[in-house]
Amino acid sequence: MLFTLAAASLIRHRTRTLLAILGVAVSAAMLLDMVMLSSGLRESFRGLLQTQGFQLRVAPKGTLPFDTDATIRNADSLLALVRARPGVIAVSPVLGGQLHVPTATGAVTSSVLGIIPRVEGDYEVLAGRQPAAPDEMVANQRLLDALRLQLGDTLRGAAGYDAQLRSLSGERTLRIVGIARFIYMAADQKGAAVPIETLRRMQGADSDDKVSIAMIRLAAGVNVDSERVAIERLLPRVTVISIAEALNQVDQRLSYFRQLAVILGSVSLVVGFLLVTTLVTVSVNERVGEIAVMRAIGVHRRRIVLQIVMESGAMMLVAAPLGLLLGLVTARYLNSILARFPGVPAKLDFFLFQPSAAWTALGLLALSGVLAGVYPSWRSASLPIALTLRQEAVG
Amino acid sequence: MSTVVDVRDLVRDYPMGEERVAALRGVSFQVDAGDYVAIVGPSGCGKSTLLNLLGVIDRPTSGTVSINGERVERLSDARATEFRLMRIGFVFQRFYLMQALSARENVELPLAEAGLVGAARRARAMALLEYVGLAKRERHRPSQLSGGEQQRVAIARALANAPALLLADEPTGELDARTGREMIALFERLNADGTTIVVVTHDEDLARAAKRVIHMRDGSIVGDERAR
Ligand SMILES: Nc1ncnc2c1ncn2[C@@H]1O[C@H](COP(=O)(O)OP(=O)(O)OP(=O)(O)O)[C@@H](O)[C@H]1O
Ligand SMILES: [Mg+2]
Repeated sequence: MLFTLAAASLIRHRTRTLLAILGVAVSAAMLLDMVMLSSGLRESFRGLLQTQGFQLRVAPKGTLPFDTDATIRNADSLLALVRARPGVIAVSPVLGGQLHVPTATGAVTSSVLGIIPRVEGDYEVLAGRQPAAPDEMVANQRLLDALRLQLGDTLRGAAGYDAQLRSLSGERTLRIVGIARFIYMAADQKGAAVPIETLRRMQGADSDDKVSIAMIRLAAGVNVDSERVAIERLLPRVTVISIAEALNQVDQRLSYFRQLAVILGSVSLVVGFLLVTTLVTVSVNERVGEIAVMRAIGVHRRRIVLQIVMESGAMMLVAAPLGLLLGLVTARYLNSILARFPGVPAKLDFFLFQPSAAWTALGLLALSGVLAGVYPSWRSASLPIALTLRQEAVG
Repeated sequence: MSTVVDVRDLVRDYPMGEERVAALRGVSFQVDAGDYVAIVGPSGCGKSTLLNLLGVIDRPTSGTVSINGERVERLSDARATEFRLMRIGFVFQRFYLMQALSARENVELPLAEAGLVGAARRARAMALLEYVGLAKRERHRPSQLSGGEQQRVAIARALANAPALLLADEPTGELDARTGREMIALFERLNADGTTIVVVTHDEDLARAAKRVIHMRDGSIVGDERAR
């Protein structure tokens, strides 16, 4: 009976119902996106840090990995100490630098990483293989495209370039043996990797025995935090960062994002709430006569509220999946835009779909939809009955 | 014979800006079970105001209203609602059926509210439609029924929970003479079957059919006569 009445009132105003559903779906989508944004970047970053299975990162004291040009000196002997620890499976040193490749029109400049191919954790080889000899390298597609080179080609690259003198330093012939995708590089960034000894030699005597960072893989069951403290004690001139610590740092830097997401999310929730309240108020005001009649023949106030909440609930039920779909589509679109931002790792997602996020968003919305129905319906069910009937009879 | 309605010193004022309009100026009367009372009087004399107070959809300024021995003028909203549902049947001049519901569903509405479910509810609604001669129209919507038919559905709805008192405010007001006469016959049959009825009307035929006629003027009772 209540159901029939609720359905009838929704169907009687088909267009209005549809528009309301669309409106709620849009605000649901917005809310979902904001919930996805607020936690997505962090979760995605965590995933990124975890992909290669290195739990700890060693950086020059007081810096974050690749935060500055600072490097760790005497790295090889220091890292040997780390490698000797029983809980450590592998240590992967990385030296950052630039690779300048002269071309007919000038020079192409790319980021280059010096790594140990056997333990590196910075890229995936998409085609070809890892460097096996000192004069072998991998490059990403961006760099190959810029140089119009292919797998198997050789190039002449330099570690230093003086723009004024137009002179290169540390030149070397390298053969491209693999095409790689660099995990921490931006989509538009040109990248290459060579064995760390090769890069050191190219950079000159100054770079001997240096690394920018090193990544440490621990054996299963090793307590990450106590190992971190132990290594830091072992190497007083470095900072050792666990994934949790790195995420903390990221959190601090991203708090702006999260605040934005929380504010915009709340706004869309409020908009959805107001939308449903408006609709319910309009639809209830149209029916004050009908409601007064129901009250006069003995229908309880709570039943009238229930009927109207059922109406808004039904709209929510349709709007929610629609909003979910819409939210996912827009999130994907926005992600693809943001991924093109300079300096953003291509694999980083700003909007990460997590079922819990979806439930949070839809739950909040459903709750607000129900609450939105309660007040106007309770108010109209509380109007003085005789007076309302008289006014309706006149009007 | 038991008393169904006992009204004492009933006053109802409506505030109108600074002034107060006195719609009822101290009305007292009783109605016995099984009686059939018509309330008549010029427009604006307070008939509807009185009926609304008997139907517990309005509250008096002062005075008391007892229905079936229960004081109802100060009941809480929930208790008043329950009282209307189980003890009062209200028939309106303009029928006031739910447009979205069929004839049978309209009759089922107060039954459902009273907690009756399924086949029992449907059977009771059908019996009531049968009683008012509309069994064949159970599936019709109000918009597919004539005025007289709608009023019969409204009467069936009012009788749903076997009320102690049936109230009707100008039940023939929207009907033509012939349909009005049918309605008068239905009320007589209802009363003969034991229903206590109080009806407000301008319709002289309807008033003549009642056993007792109360005359009102300017918020007071000015005459009370027993017809037969
Ligand atoms: N809500 C209200 N506010 C102010 N005055 C009211 C209100 N309701 C009724 N009145 C006044 O109270 C008086 C009695 O009204 P009531 O409706 O009871 O008359 P009635 O006898 O039923 O008239 P009718 O035969 O035209 O239906 C009238 O003067 C009317 O204007
Ligand atoms: Mg009246």
